[in-house]
Amino acid sequence: MTNNAQAKKRPVYRNINIFTDVRSYRLPPAGIVSILHRISGLIMFMLLPFVLWMFDMSLSSEISYEAFTNIFVAGFLGFPAWFVKLGVLVLCWGFFHHFIAGVRHLWMDATHSVSKEQGRSSAIVTLVSSLLLTLATAAKLFGVY
Amino acid sequence: MSTFGSKRLVVGAHYGLRDWLAQRITAVLMAVFTLVLLVQFLTPGPLGYEHWAAIFSSQWMKLLTFVTIVALIYHVWVGVRDIWMDYVPAVGARLTLQVATLVWLTGCAGWAFQVLWRI
Repeated sequence: MTNNAQAKKRPVYRNINIFTDVRSYRLPPAGIVSILHRISGLIMFMLLPFVLWMFDMSLSSEISYEAFTNIFVAGFLGFPAWFVKLGVLVLCWGFFHHFIAGVRHLWMDATHSVSKEQGRSSAIVTLVSSLLLTLATAAKLFGVY
Repeated sequence: MSTFGSKRLVVGAHYGLRDWLAQRITAVLMAVFTLVLLVQFLTPGPLGYEHWAAIFSSQWMKLLTFVTIVALIYHVWVGVRDIWMDYVPAVGARLTLQVATLVWLTGCAGWAFQVLWRI
């Protein structure tokens, strides 16, 4: 669906090979949202023990709560505080993106808005809003407000 | 095309509609919980241990959190099982990863249960 007479000849891919083709394949925004949906899910899965540890520490007692908040000040297991904050930020991005991409799935299920244009616009909304929420969280974590 | 008896196709039962629907239902459950938690977290008052512990002190909130965690386990299982299914063709390796995933998730559920009820 091109407007100009001289359409650029795009490469044709059949059976995308993960080692040779993936790097040159131009993934559309919906594709990016999709693979990030999977990656963010995997990240949260891997960090689930860390999340549970934070839950445990924060809830057990006032002393453990103090120790929990302290990891954002003095670090944790040798990692400096900024690294801990960065890790939590990655987790937050993972949650925001996975949540919003998931809501996008539910919206597609309910309204059948699966045309190319709708897929593209909803994908861009997903990417932008999850990044904005992550930025807001980063600002809070690193003390901007 | 006979698919009964010895020619039965054993390719894993119910990977289809049940898990697809379960992922969505558990997602909605978890979204509702997120909202409930967020509203409670943002109620006015100083942010500290008292406020945080008070949220999880009531039995209904403990139960809601636990239901959400069970929903999370199922949701994560379907998602991660799909990942292994897509990227690990070797049966032995995939089975090992699936078992490890289930053990990991069960352990996480147990830990969460303990935190909520201090067993």
